[in-house]
Amino acid sequence: MRSIAGRCGPPKQSKLATGQKKMIKKLISIIIVLILGSAVAFFVFKSEPKLNSNFENQSSFLKNFQFRLGLDLSGGSHLIYKADVSGVQAGEVSVSMDALRDVIERRVNLFGVSEPIVQVQSSGFVSGEEEKLIVDLPGVTDVEKATAMIGQTPLLEFKIEAPKDTLKTVKVGKNGEVDLGSIDLDQQFVSTELTGRYLQKASLEFDQTTREPRVSLQFDETGTKFFAQITKNNIGKMVAIYLDGAPISTPVVREEIPNGQAVISGSFTPTEGKLLVGRLNSGALPVPITLLSRQTIGATLGTDAVTAGVKAAIIGFLVVALFLILWYRLPGLIAVVALSIYITIMLALFKLLPVTLTAAGIAGFIISIGIAVDANILIFERLKEELHSGRTIANSVSAGFSRAWSSIRDSNLSTIISATILFWFGTSLIKGFALTLGMGVLISMFSAIMISRIFLSGLIFVGEGKIARFLFSSGISK
Amino acid sequence: MFIVKHKKIFISISVALVLLSVISLFAFGLRVGIDFKGGALTEVVYKTNRPTQSDLDSAFKKLDFGSVLIQPTGELGYIVKSLDLNETQHILLLKTLSLGHSPTGEAQNGKNPLEEKNFNSIGPSVGRELTRKAIIAIVLVSLAIILFIAFAFRKISQPISSWKYGFMAIVSLLHDVIIPIGIFSILSNFYGAEIDTLFVVAVLTIIGLSVSDTIVIFDRIRENLRNKIENSFGETVGKSLDQSYMRSIFTSLTVIIVLLSLFFFGPESTKYFALMLTAGMFFGTYSSIFLASPLLVLIEELQKKK
Repeated sequence: MRSIAGRCGPPKQSKLATGQKKMIKKLISIIIVLILGSAVAFFVFKSEPKLNSNFENQSSFLKNFQFRLGLDLSGGSHLIYKADVSGVQAGEVSVSMDALRDVIERRVNLFGVSEPIVQVQSSGFVSGEEEKLIVDLPGVTDVEKATAMIGQTPLLEFKIEAPKDTLKTVKVGKNGEVDLGSIDLDQQFVSTELTGRYLQKASLEFDQTTREPRVSLQFDETGTKFFAQITKNNIGKMVAIYLDGAPISTPVVREEIPNGQAVISGSFTPTEGKLLVGRLNSGALPVPITLLSRQTIGATLGTDAVTAGVKAAIIGFLVVALFLILWYRLPGLIAVVALSIYITIMLALFKLLPVTLTAAGIAGFIISIGIAVDANILIFERLKEELHSGRTIANSVSAGFSRAWSSIRDSNLSTIISATILFWFGTSLIKGFALTLGMGVLISMFSAIMISRIFLSGLIFVGEGKIARFLFSSGISK
Repeated sequence: MFIVKHKKIFISISVALVLLSVISLFAFGLRVGIDFKGGALTEVVYKTNRPTQSDLDSAFKKLDFGSVLIQPTGELGYIVKSLDLNETQHILLLKTLSLGHSPTGEAQNGKNPLEEKNFNSIGPSVGRELTRKAIIAIVLVSLAIILFIAFAFRKISQPISSWKYGFMAIVSLLHDVIIPIGIFSILSNFYGAEIDTLFVVAVLTIIGLSVSDTIVIFDRIRENLRNKIENSFGETVGKSLDQSYMRSIFTSLTVIIVLLSLFFFGPESTKYFALMLTAGMFFGTYSSIFLASPLLVLIEELQKKK
C-alpha cells in the first residue's frame, strides 16, 4: 500500500506568510478566470439577435458574429454539378475548374444570396473520378430559378443595320397607319462577328451630366479590331447591342472608335446596370456542367431543427450538471462551472472562426458536452481514492490531477483520431460533426484540466474539517 | 474481483448479444438510403388537408416515374421516395402531389395546396462516391485506432504481450459496433430506418468512444501492474476493475445523458443517430468492463496452461 507521505505538519510561522500569498494568488486566478468566462459569455449573448433584444442597435462588430447556420438549419439549396472536363487538356483541369468556380461564384453572387458557398471537388482516390462543383445557396428554395441562372451564359451581340433594300414586313392598321409595335427589329439588324466573347471587362459608371447609369465595355485585341471595323463602316447609323437575344441599347455611331471602348446607355436602374455588368463579366463557362444532385430544405424544417437542437443541448446540460453536483458535491459544482465556461468558449469559437453549424454539428457539440466532463470525472474519482488513502485534501487534489492525466490524454486521443479522419474524408455533413466533436474534445481537455484545477486548488482553504472532507468526497461514501 | 471470478458468464452474454445482432442483421438486413444508392426524397406538408394515399398512388401510376413510395408523415404530410429527379420531373411530382390537373398546370396550385419542406435528389454517381468514401473512412479509422492502441500499450509486455491488449481492445470495439448495427437492423425492419451518412458517422464515433473507454481501464491495469499491487495477473485485473468501473460507468453515463436528451428532444434528423450512439456507448461501457478485461485474464490463464 501507498505510504501516507503527503500529510504535512502544522505550518511554521514563516511559511504562513508565503502560504497566504499563494492563497491570494490562487484566488486572483479564480477571479480572472471568472471574469474572462463572463466576458466570453457576454460576447456570445450580445452578438446573437435571438438573445439580445437590443441587437439592432449594437455595433457592427457584434453584428458580424452571429452563428452561421448550415443549409439544413437555415433552409436553402445544395447543388452538386458534374463538370465535363473531357475537352480540357490533362494538365489544365484544375485551372479550368478554378475558372469555373469563379464564374459560378460571380453568377451566384448576382442573386444577392447571403454567403453562398461554391467549391470544387477534384477527382481523386477518395472522391471518385468526376470533377464536381458544389454550390450551397442559403435561403434559396426556388432552385428552378437558381439553377437556370447558374447554368445561363449571357449572350452579348453587336448588330448593325441591315442594308436598306432588305424587305421589311410591317402590319398596317385598319385606319391605314403603320402599326409601330409590329416592326420586327430583328429584321432591321444583322449580326456581326463581335460578341461578348471578345469582351475584356465591363464596368458600371454614371453619366457625368445626366447621372444616368451606363455600362462601359472594354474589348480585347480581336474585339477592338472588330469594333473599329464596325464603327468605321457604320458612321451615322445605329449599332444594336443585344443581350440574350433582345436589344438593350441602340446607339448611333458618330465616329470610328479604334480603342475598343463602348458604352451601353440604356434606360436601366443602377441595380439592373450592376447586374448586367456582373453577368457580362462572369462570361461563359469554361467547361460545360450538368446537375447531378440537389437538396432543398424548407426554412420551417430548419427552424424546427434549431429549436430542437437547442432544447436538447440545454436539457442535456442541466441533467449532467445535476448529476455532477449531487454525486461529486463541491468538485462537481466546480466541474459544472468549468463545463459552463467550456460551453461559452465553444459557442464563441463557433462565432469567431466561424464554424457553420449543421444538425450533425450541433449533435457533435451536444455529445462533446457529455465528453467534456469525462476528464473531470476521471480526476474526481482519483481524488476520492487519494482522500481514502488518507492524504490531505490539498495533496489529494494535486495527485488526482497528475495521476488522471495519462488516462485523460489517451482516452481523448482516440476520439480526436476518429474526428480528424472523419473531417478529412467527410462530406459537408460529416465535416460539421467531426469539427464540433474534435474541437469539443480539445477544448474540454483544457477546460476540465486547467479551469477545474485553478478552482479546486483555490478552494482548498476550506480546511481539513469534517465538512470539508464531506464536500470533497463523492457518491454515497462517507 | 466479482467480475473476474464470473468472467465466463459476462463473456457469454456478450457473445450471445453479438450473435443475436448478426442473426438479426442477416434476417432483417439494412435498408440503404438515397445517400448511398441515389434517388429522390420529397417531403411535403399540405396546407389544409392531405389527399388519401390511394388517390396519390393512382395519380403516380399514370406517370412514368418508376416505383414511387409514399409514406405519411405528421398530420398533414407525405414523404415521397422515388428515383432521382431532374427539375422538370420534380415540378411534375409536386403538381401530382397537389392533385393539380388544371389545364394551366401551375405547380402547387392544384386542389390541395402544399408546401415543400424538403427535397433531396441524389444522382447514382454521388451515391457511389459517398459509399467509397464511407468505406475508406471506416478502414482508415480502424487502422489508426489499432496503431494508436499498439502505441499506447507498447511499454507493458508482462505477463501478456502488448499486442494482446490491442487485440482485446479491437475485439471489444467490434462488439460495440456490431450490437448497435444489429439494433439498427431491427429499426430498419420495423420503423423504416435507413442507412445514411449519419449512420456511418455514428459507427465511426462509436469506434472512437469505445476505445477511449477501454483505454481508461487498461490504463489502470497498466499502472497496477507496474506497482505490483497483487500477486497474480487475474487479481491485478480484478483489483483494477474494482477501482475503475465506477468512473468508467460515470464517464459513459454523462455522454449517454446528453445522447438521450438528443434522442428525445433533438432534431428529427439526428434521432436514429442518437439512438445508435446511445447503444454504442452502453455496450461500449459493458464491453470495457465485462468483456475486454476478463478476456485478458482468460488469455493469460490459457497461456499458463501451455
